[in-house]
Amino acid sequence: MPTYRPGPVSLILAALVALVLLLPLLAVIPVSLTPTRMLAMPSGELSLRHYRALIEDPRWINSILLSIRIGVVSSAFSTVLALCFSLGVWMFQPRFTAALVGFVLLPMVVPPVVSAITLYFLLTSISGVSSFFGYDTWLGVAMAHAVMTVPFATVLILVSLSQLDRRIDLAARGLGATVWERATRIIMPNIKFGIVTAALLSFVLSWEEIGVTLFITSVNAITLPRLMWMGLRDNIDPAIAALSVILIIVTVLVLAARSAVVRLRGGQ
Amino acid sequence: MKAYLSDRMGAALLMAPLLLFLGAAYAWPFFGVVNWSFTLPEPGLGQYGTLLSDPLVQSVFVRTLRIAAIVTIVSVAAAYAITVVWVRGTPAQRVIAEFCILVPFWISVLTRAFGWVALLSNRGLFNTWLQAIGFISEPLTLVRNEFGVIVGMTHFLIPFAVFPLAASMRSLDDRVLLAARGLGSSRMRTFWSVFVPMTRSGIIGSALIVFVFSLGFFVTPAILGGGRSVMVAELIYLRIFQSPDWGLGAAISVVLVLFVGALMALLFRYVRPKQLI
Repeated sequence: MPTYRPGPVSLILAALVALVLLLPLLAVIPVSLTPTRMLAMPSGELSLRHYRALIEDPRWINSILLSIRIGVVSSAFSTVLALCFSLGVWMFQPRFTAALVGFVLLPMVVPPVVSAITLYFLLTSISGVSSFFGYDTWLGVAMAHAVMTVPFATVLILVSLSQLDRRIDLAARGLGATVWERATRIIMPNIKFGIVTAALLSFVLSWEEIGVTLFITSVNAITLPRLMWMGLRDNIDPAIAALSVILIIVTVLVLAARSAVVRLRGGQ
Repeated sequence: MKAYLSDRMGAALLMAPLLLFLGAAYAWPFFGVVNWSFTLPEPGLGQYGTLLSDPLVQSVFVRTLRIAAIVTIVSVAAAYAITVVWVRGTPAQRVIAEFCILVPFWISVLTRAFGWVALLSNRGLFNTWLQAIGFISEPLTLVRNEFGVIVGMTHFLIPFAVFPLAASMRSLDDRVLLAARGLGSSRMRTFWSVFVPMTRSGIIGSALIVFVFSLGFFVTPAILGGGRSVMVAELIYLRIFQSPDWGLGAAISVVLVLFVGALMALLFRYVRPKQLI
């Protein structure tokens, strides 16, 4: 069957948009190679000093390690909670499901700045009680990130459950499987791709979270985006350009690997 | 009866942890913030009165609405152009379009805002290049103003605008378009009188998503506006951390939530949630 293809005008406009989308990502490459201390285009000679600064300056390493720790803890926490919740919804289809799911999705739809002030209220209230779990602590940040990522994890797991054939669960139930057996041996193996995706997305969202983190940290829990923010606000540090180049390369590689895997599997 | 009871127990046990967690860590502190707006610095509706009378707060609200409207129009139009190719192009064109949409989508908001600083600042790529070819003698001021904010936000939101548009373009029947062409309508006419009207739900959905996102935007305006083009979210931040006036910050948050809630209700009246993914 013939298909309706975009004409030359559409292609030119789309190419312009594509250029605008990629331009700022390409612009950081020359800046990262500048030999000067300030943000500027290199004139003549190139230098890798800003890449070296990333390795040598302990602030960058510390914040990367902290971001990984917070990302792993918050992603594990939010994935487990989202998985239990979604299993409950799918297996038992309780009344008021729509309202409960809507409640769980709130942190995703409420403007991030409102979630930020809400979590600021929460963590400063906890700080009055406990000093290692509250405002400006890594555990506090991990909990706040779990609040922000749990709706995304829930959506992903609910979507993969919705593609599951209910009859295999009914068969297991008819053959006398308990709720625990149905969940762990019948349902979870069938949605493991969705669970892994949910955990990965939660990690990535926590890794790059800045809007909420800005409200709930000051000097102790400096995550990588928080450190980048500090370098962007005052005198712009070209080390951020070097870091951005690395992050962009990693993103491109991961996306390329993902599309290669998808193509090999022959799926969509 | 026993099975029914154990079903309810099972559902409750599985769903309770997340509901309790969000109830304690999200719903309860939100009401705490609402409470701030009515009690700080003194009990009453004083902060909401300030919202209605303070010219500074009002100018920020007006600026936010203006920027959000411009960003919405530009991002939806740009997203439309690239989505047409992503959904309807040849296989090679689709791969390229997908790459250009997904790579920025997955890169953090900070890196993308920084990219625009590197491109548009006084010593950035754009000004350096324009000065080198002698087109301008003094660098143009392209960031730390409203222009920079609009450019950065549009760049951030284009991928978000793409997804609802793509859903509506995918569900469109090719035969209608081929029929229009077969009956002698030009490419332009087919596009404007057949293609665009049939993707209306996608356009509405994508415009509302972009508009809602723009209203609460914080990071991009703060970096590219340089404190000169403050939007609502940054105003909340400033009221909490710089000139401590928690009550006003909380009151602005409450108004923002109510406004966004009303817009979301509108969104779900026109578009079913499934069409957005």
